[in-house]
Amino acid sequence: MNEPWAAVVVYLAVASSVGALMLAANRVFRVRAKDVPDTRAMTYECGEEPAGNSWLRFHPRYYVVALVFVLFDVEVIFLVPWALNLRALGGFSMVEMLVFALVLLLGWAYALRKGALKWQ
Amino acid sequence: MGHLIANAWLRGLVHGALLITVLMTAVAWISWFERKFAARVQSRLGPTMVGPAGLLQPIADAFKMFQKEDIIPRGADSLLFRLAPPLTLFLSLATAAVLPIMPGMLASDLDIGVLYALAFSGLLAFPIWVAGWSSANKYALLGGMRMVAQGISYEIPMVLCALVPVVVTGSLSLSEIVKYQAAHHWLVFWPPGIGVIAFVLFFTTALAESNRIPFDIPEAESELVAGPTTEYTAIRFGLFASAEYAHSVVSCALASALFLGGWDGPVLPPSVWMLLKTAALFVIVTWVRWSLLRLRSDQLMALCWKYLVPVSLALVLGAGAWVYVVG
Repeated sequence: MNEPWAAVVVYLAVASSVGALMLAANRVFRVRAKDVPDTRAMTYECGEEPAGNSWLRFHPRYYVVALVFVLFDVEVIFLVPWALNLRALGGFSMVEMLVFALVLLLGWAYALRKGALKWQ
Repeated sequence: MGHLIANAWLRGLVHGALLITVLMTAVAWISWFERKFAARVQSRLGPTMVGPAGLLQPIADAFKMFQKEDIIPRGADSLLFRLAPPLTLFLSLATAAVLPIMPGMLASDLDIGVLYALAFSGLLAFPIWVAGWSSANKYALLGGMRMVAQGISYEIPMVLCALVPVVVTGSLSLSEIVKYQAAHHWLVFWPPGIGVIAFVLFFTTALAESNRIPFDIPEAESELVAGPTTEYTAIRFGLFASAEYAHSVVSCALASALFLGGWDGPVLPPSVWMLLKTAALFVIVTWVRWSLLRLRSDQLMALCWKYLVPVSLALVLGAGAWVYVVG
């Protein structure tokens, strides 16, 4: 049972080595400037001098999207075992899932009505 | 299981090394292909100087990026800033572990392959957000926030559309799904109507997940400089670029395995069919990129939440009803 996961672990190790190798190559070949002007490490904001801290407060609409996402993500996870076992579970599970989707659709309509899905 | 290599550790190593080498090489020349394609669309020539028809351009680009100075901006979160690019590439390569290239040839035949691929694909939004946040640049942060908002929103219809093949085949293993398609119907045609809509929506959301035009709001270069990658130089920038291409290619391969029958096809060997389908889908991706305009943020969100989510939910239920009625 654990056999496919062993292959995944090795695969992931190989995958992570690619980025590491490329970074190492960059470390070997890169140029190092002798005298670094003060502006070199300045962030690039279209040529303007950066003003203030860049870790700002953000519009709450991102927060609302994240909340709605969590709701729907849980629902999707609930769909997965149902999708796998639909044949074994038969007609009753189909009706059950329709009811579940209907309840969910109500929630979706509520969110839509309240403007949670609007991006203003 | 019928793998070509019986030992799991060895299989992971050999297939991993092989698949990743092929992927990274493909990514390099895909950048050449895309530039040539864009040039053709815009009546230009594209790269011509390095090698015949500019074919050696990717090698020159790679060496250029290896040589460039490595700059970490003042005020940046140094550790996260340096961690984000390799993490992005790692996640986009990790998805490919469950892709069946031909019968018996895939790094790992996970029984939850579809979930594994979608999970890694969904995680990809976060290292890009980390890059945007740790750069200490306002444009980068804006791009990062857009990336997360778009990534998590489009993940929902993407997973729902990927569930349509799962409902029909009753399996989460990608190799089982491809085997079902070889034995019965390609899932783009089956269930009739539902399959093709699910395929088109999956492909669209995959475009959005890999932020290609028309969904490239996170790095909209005319408003955000280069989005989350603005502050990156040298190979760190190259890692982001190759991760984006790798993710596009892997998404195309995933779409062809889920809906277009994977390695199934007449005459030609299976691995060639898999390659051909993936390449064909990638040509469409490139074509879309150089033909369409960028969507606005609000249009992007409205498209996802108002249309894609309910439609894809209906698709899954429709496929379920089809399985129940027809079998």
